[in-house]
Amino acid sequence: MTESTWQLLLDSLWPLLDGAIRGTIPLALASFAIGLVLALGLALMRLSKRPWLSGIARGYISIVRGTPLLVQLFVIFYGLPSIGVVIDPWPSAVVAFSLNVGGYAAEVIRAAILSVPKGQWEAAYMVGMSHRRALGRIILPQAARVSVPPLSNTFISLVKDTSLASLILVTELFRQAQEIAAFSQEFMLLYLEAALVYWVICLALSSAQGLLEKRLDRYVAH
Amino acid sequence: MSPTDLSPADRAPGTPDAALLTVRGLRKSFGANRVLDSIDLTVDRGRVLALIGPSGSGKTTILRCLNGLELADGGTIDVAGELALDFAQAPPKKQLTALRDRSAMVFQHYNLFPHKTVLENVIEGPVGVQKRPRAEAVAEALALLGRVGLSDKKDSYPFELSGGQQQRVGIVRALALKPQLLLFDEPTSALDPELVGDVLRLIKELALEGWTMVIVTHELEFAREVAHEVAFVDGGVIVERGDPKELLRNPQNERTKQFLHRLLFPF
Repeated sequence: MTESTWQLLLDSLWPLLDGAIRGTIPLALASFAIGLVLALGLALMRLSKRPWLSGIARGYISIVRGTPLLVQLFVIFYGLPSIGVVIDPWPSAVVAFSLNVGGYAAEVIRAAILSVPKGQWEAAYMVGMSHRRALGRIILPQAARVSVPPLSNTFISLVKDTSLASLILVTELFRQAQEIAAFSQEFMLLYLEAALVYWVICLALSSAQGLLEKRLDRYVAH
Repeated sequence: MSPTDLSPADRAPGTPDAALLTVRGLRKSFGANRVLDSIDLTVDRGRVLALIGPSGSGKTTILRCLNGLELADGGTIDVAGELALDFAQAPPKKQLTALRDRSAMVFQHYNLFPHKTVLENVIEGPVGVQKRPRAEAVAEALALLGRVGLSDKKDSYPFELSGGQQQRVGIVRALALKPQLLLFDEPTSALDPELVGDVLRLIKELALEGWTMVIVTHELEFAREVAHEVAFVDGGVIVERGDPKELLRNPQNERTKQFLHRLLFPF
């Protein structure tokens, strides 16, 4: 590697990190938070005894999981303006990613709720709890423990999927890399560098997952 | 009532034995499978009724109907002459909640809340649901745990306890709700044989202190010693009932005879 390549590597590092700090990471965090709330609602709808409620949730999940994320993103950013709904790049990306995470995480949460033994519901009712209270105080805390590994997967996928937002003009990590690469013509270098930054972020997330699992496992026999 | 007093709150000395629980014509089916077919039973205040019978006979379903965990299809449940439920139509939710408030259940598999400590398990109902002052509920819970020899386990999680200890916590959790009626669903069936004694001894103590109880059990010796009445349940009906010593020694019904014989001579 020549000296100028090293120089480019160093010079481009800050713009990439800046893209991660101001684009990729907040985009992923906001979308994941909103997506989880949506997912909990969808999971509870899916478990509802009312057929129309679970039907709506089932349909929603089917559409989200059955269509490409890139297409969803384009429908929101490029498609909606044709019916008069214009949304800026950043909010468009948050909407698309949240809706997407909602669909995937709903199934994870539903399975986690179902994995809590029936006897826990019964004991909760026995001490006098309502359905809602039993869910909040007894069932969901136990379901949370079970759902950490699969939800971590969803989150890590989301972090990487935010690179798609570069295609709707959101300034984030990958878009920064693309711009510098186009300018310097050092495609290999910049894209490998971008890959490295994504990898480091995901490594940090994996270790955070480990810590969280350990904390939630404190009441389980090993 | 002092916090260490385990005896039921509403049993004033000298109260004449009156029916606390009256069940008439209780029916329950799961699909086409009729599990309970017109169950009648009465338990007087301070008395212990033991339900025995083969598995699948419906005895656990009786308990679950008494705690509102199953909704009976028909019949009536009356508690202390103050609460009357008629299952001809589904009773209002308020009545089911009231039924649950008056009884507390001890489960075969304990069903402690695994993410809560022993103390948190016990006060979850009193503080979280009954809205009693936390300090008072904690003091009572600690006194109850002391009575069953588990004071030092108050901050442990259920997985750190033996089966026998978990079941004693299950019993304390039920007592802390201050119910009028205690329901035991095969409380020792999941325990290792050497741990059964502690739990049975505790239940016997409660019986002697005047709690009203319905116990589903396979421990015939225990039923003989503790219960005031034994009912043999088979095929969703009460086939035979009576004084435990009399019924267990000299059963009148053919099905009861066969069942007892199988228990006494398993092979």
